[in-house]
Amino acid sequence: MSTQFLNTSSLPYCKGCGHDMIAKHSTKAMESLGLSALDVVMITDIGCHGIIDKCLNTHTVHGLHGRSPALGAGISFGIENPDKKVVVFIGDGGATIGLQHIMEAARLNLNMTIVLHNNMLYGMTGGQTSGLTPKGFATTTSYDGNPLSGYDICALAHTAGAAHVSRVLGVGDISEKFVNAFKTDGFSLIEVIEICPSYGVKLNPKRKLTEIVESSGREIGEWTNQRPAYKFTQTQKTNDLLSKVSTIKADFKHNLKEPLSVVLSGSAGEGVQLAAAMLSKAAMRSGLDVTQKGSYPVTVGVGFSTAELNLSPEKINFHGINIPDVAIITSTDGLNHNKKRIGHMQKGVLYIDSSLEVPDTGAEVIKYDFRSLGAKNAALASIVLFAVKSQIINHESIFKTIEEEAAGKKLPVDKIKKTLGI
Amino acid sequence: MQEKNKEQQVLIDGSRLIIESMARAGADAFIGYPITPANLLYAYGSQRMSIMLPAPDEITTLQWMSGLAVTGKIPITATSFPGFALMVETINMAYMMELPMVIILVQRLGPATGTATCGAQGDLLLLKGMMSGGHPLPVLATSNFEDCWKLSEKAVNMAVELRTPVVLLTSKEEVMTQKSFNMGLLDDIKPVERKFYNKDCDYKPYGAEGLVPDFLPVTQNKHQVRINASTHDQRGILQHSSDEALNNTRRLENKVNESVKDYNYYEHDHQEGAQDLVISYGISSAAAIDAVDRMRKQGRKISLLIPKTLIPTPVEYKKIIKKYSKTVIAEENINNQLGQLLFGVERPENIRFVEGLGKMITPEEILKEVEK
Ligand SMILES: Cc1ncc(C[n+]2csc(CCOP(=O)(O)OP(=O)(O)O)c2C)c(N)n1
Ligand code: SF4
Repeated sequence: MSTQFLNTSSLPYCKGCGHDMIAKHSTKAMESLGLSALDVVMITDIGCHGIIDKCLNTHTVHGLHGRSPALGAGISFGIENPDKKVVVFIGDGGATIGLQHIMEAARLNLNMTIVLHNNMLYGMTGGQTSGLTPKGFATTTSYDGNPLSGYDICALAHTAGAAHVSRVLGVGDISEKFVNAFKTDGFSLIEVIEICPSYGVKLNPKRKLTEIVESSGREIGEWTNQRPAYKFTQTQKTNDLLSKVSTIKADFKHNLKEPLSVVLSGSAGEGVQLAAAMLSKAAMRSGLDVTQKGSYPVTVGVGFSTAELNLSPEKINFHGINIPDVAIITSTDGLNHNKKRIGHMQKGVLYIDSSLEVPDTGAEVIKYDFRSLGAKNAALASIVLFAVKSQIINHESIFKTIEEEAAGKKLPVDKIKKTLGI
Repeated sequence: MQEKNKEQQVLIDGSRLIIESMARAGADAFIGYPITPANLLYAYGSQRMSIMLPAPDEITTLQWMSGLAVTGKIPITATSFPGFALMVETINMAYMMELPMVIILVQRLGPATGTATCGAQGDLLLLKGMMSGGHPLPVLATSNFEDCWKLSEKAVNMAVELRTPVVLLTSKEEVMTQKSFNMGLLDDIKPVERKFYNKDCDYKPYGAEGLVPDFLPVTQNKHQVRINASTHDQRGILQHSSDEALNNTRRLENKVNESVKDYNYYEHDHQEGAQDLVISYGISSAAAIDAVDRMRKQGRKISLLIPKTLIPTPVEYKKIIKKYSKTVIAEENINNQLGQLLFGVERPENIRFVEGLGKMITPEEILKEVEK
């Protein structure tokens, strides 16, 4: 006989399978809560319990093994109507492989219910031991009984923050237990201990469910956390990422005839990337095409910090730099990171802090005491000196850029001007 | 959107263009898990998308996206190989369920964790072979900032119009490098039109009149929706291998293959009289453009092909190659994945390869191979 939720009473399980009563009693509970079938989105896992879909009148979503709690979570995030119920059917096998997904949904206290069909083994694949198989329970991969205890999934979900967790023996009418789970505001998990006649009963003859649960040290019961259900909180958003990017007008001139590659390198925390950005934008203000990229160790706060720039009077396509035309080095870290390529420079210019030992190079060497302006200002001073010496761009374009783009950073423009005599 | 205006020079990275484009095209959720070199995309995604969720891993990322797609959202994410590897089973799931979403894959040097901060183009054949059954998963590859804008929009359109996951393939140097760029040249982007099933008669989630079935989210109460990743019939009911179900699987293959007519993106810069062709995509195409430019300046006749739709692979590419006596393919791997995609393991003699491993291919390397 069909019900509002089930289109048949002969469900597709082996005779006596515990899954049968779970399907019937859980849908009976939905009915008693006044839900209509399409108020419910049923997400089913892979396993015997998951072949129920075709018998359900609800929306059904049948995904991957173990992932149904995460799939259900995604649906829960997307459903704005609080009257809709998201219910996940999963086995103890699925709960093993997808444990993390259950913990995450419990931690967030998402509006959804997980119905865990714990028949203490992998039914569909032949009765193997799962992560929830109790100690001593025999399976096809452990005929003498599981040597280890299974996870206490209720304790795990409870400590993760689930609003409502319950462990139930799959005996008699348990629809009331489902009602408690379904009417929870937030995340609920109901673990039904049941048995698979085809493997569980065969391998554990004469054992009773109550005795199996008791001897495994698990309690039947309900555990709750008083906490609000998950609510999506809007963080600060922009409705246009491009509006934040400042447009740059070419209000200066440049003297560059050919593309020029520049490597600027110093130590982390010494403003190298900021100085590179100021140089890039100043070059753009001067009508040049620019590319800029940074490289630094994964631990961004220590070691070298290098910026690679291309400046060109024409459109730049390829932006890789092997041997640069100009190297600007402000610290030992920067020197060590670029020693090899500086050694390969046959021409071009090396600007280097006077405290550093000049490596062998074919480049013209210009020494300057950048660090005398303070380690944090060395990179900025170095790009100003580069502009002054090379005459490729007007150094005023750098100061103008700083004024407009980095006013809040309190960069020591006057000090640099004074020291460099400009 | 601003007027087209030559004066809108900005210093910008490709990540920003990609996310803004997808948001304007209708993507409304970003699910993230951090990984270099996709972190900028994550940062922008979280600032821009109305829904942003930090997932605890990349399997969850794709499952949450799938769940959101079931409710009618258009989710996107960005990752690199280690994260993508974890997504593979769920991308198969979303493909079978026919859920729209975009995965931005930023390539970096492998195998495994490889070098997080080094670019590469080593994932094309993985994408080609990642669907069980060998079915085609749409892959569009960006080769410049204009593509970051245009193809990102197309990726969202394609995902929605075909009801499928789509991969936008890019690489570290494309999404992390800042470049001067004229924003005034960007075209307007309109949100993709979503047509949900709106008839009164029974809804079949996989009953397509054409190749793409109408979509209906589970948020409504009018029609029952059955979404299924196992082999299924038109109603979404699991089948072992009924004719109807296998035809449904065939339809998935045909749907994507046929779509190449509408999503066929490439640039063919043909020079009259040229005997040689340079092919490159993604990050290496910039070097190819420079190489071709230089050769032309030196008086050599040469053509250029930049494929952007990689999967399904347009037949035009081989037709174009046939017109030339020699072809040089440049891509940042050591096994010529595009060459294998086009020709299998045995490349014809006149198809040459410029490799790259752990560094960008330079224009000089391409020039040298053409002139050999
Ligand atoms: C990723 C993955 N690994 C393995 C499987 C094979 N598999 C199918 S069902 C199943 C076990 C099901 O056991 P359980 O979740 O306890 O459900 P039951 O069959 O007992 O209802 C497994 C391991 C799979 N489908 N996917
Ligand atoms: S094999 Fe076991 S779990 Fe599966 S349907 Fe049969 S009795 Fe139930």
